[in-house]
Amino acid sequence: MIFLVLFFEFFKIGLFAIGGGMATVPFLMELAERYPWFTPSELANMIAISESTPGPIGINMATYAGFNAAGFVGALCATFSLIAPSLIIIIIIAKFMSDFSENKYVKGAFTGIRPMIAALIGYAVWQIAIITFADTSGPDIIFHYDAAIICVILLLLFHWKPVKNLHPIIWIAVGAVLGIVFQL
Amino acid sequence: MKQLFELYFAFLRIGGLTFGGGMAMLPMLKREVVEKYGWSTEEELLDIYAIGQCTPGIIAVNTATYIGYQQKGVPGSIFSTLGMITPSIIIITLIATILKNFIDLPIVLHALAGIRIAVCALMLQTVYSLAKTSIKNKLGLLIFLIGFLTATFTPVPTILLVILAAGIGIITYTRKADH
Repeated sequence: MIFLVLFFEFFKIGLFAIGGGMATVPFLMELAERYPWFTPSELANMIAISESTPGPIGINMATYAGFNAAGFVGALCATFSLIAPSLIIIIIIAKFMSDFSENKYVKGAFTGIRPMIAALIGYAVWQIAIITFADTSGPDIIFHYDAAIICVILLLLFHWKPVKNLHPIIWIAVGAVLGIVFQL
Repeated sequence: MKQLFELYFAFLRIGGLTFGGGMAMLPMLKREVVEKYGWSTEEELLDIYAIGQCTPGIIAVNTATYIGYQQKGVPGSIFSTLGMITPSIIIITLIATILKNFIDLPIVLHALAGIRIAVCALMLQTVYSLAKTSIKNKLGLLIFLIGFLTATFTPVPTILLVILAAGIGIITYTRKADH
């Protein structure tokens, strides 16, 4: 029963992805490795589309992943399962613990969780980098130098003052244009 | 009932008109929640947003749930959250359906290959800035490095890593606080 699996997996993500939408990416990468719903390369497309459309990125990605797994009902199932833990936890906090973020155990937990989430997103980038910069489908691994050079240039541009604070949508559009122009 | 629909449509507008979640959502939240309806003060909103950041799940949804609950209890939290996710469900379903029909066109494939590079660069940037703000001492650096290597090269589930990191954080933090 795919909807039960979707419920279980996305409920787990809602419970353990802490610190916003991008924190769900490593969990989605895990799903790509375990289920036939989408490939890591399709996940990269999903991230790009979720960043370029309105709405919270995490919700967009869950809807997209659920849709790929089981159509429209799958999209609803994944999204509702993702937000279910939030609803429960936030209602409890709103009712009983107004000083939640000042609690020493909560503060302590976050000194550990924050670097871990950064590391887990790093793991997801690593997976996306492998499929972006190398072609491992044939007998020999082919390295895409052109893609790597473009990536380095983009990273340098992110730190260049005049274009530093541009919205990610712009960079995604730039990527699309470069892809078409250079036939990547 | 009227206020439930007010909550639903306010968060529908917030969800439907902000690109990129997170901090991008704050000005829109302020306009609807503080200025238009007076559901909370600007200070309260920032507090709620901070709680949303350090609880599990999507920050925007957590914030919507909290404000909805303050106004109208459990039904309020449900209506606010449903409003927040409605635009995503409609827009993403549409795009996914359309993209399915065009995914084999060469121009789309080239564009997507280029987009993947941009995504890669954007996410590397995210990791860099997250690491910069979250790694504050040697222990943080150790958690980051071990976390990355374990997630990348072993089949240890990500959830387990998050739980372990939280445990280590609690133990070291409370110990330091006790001294």
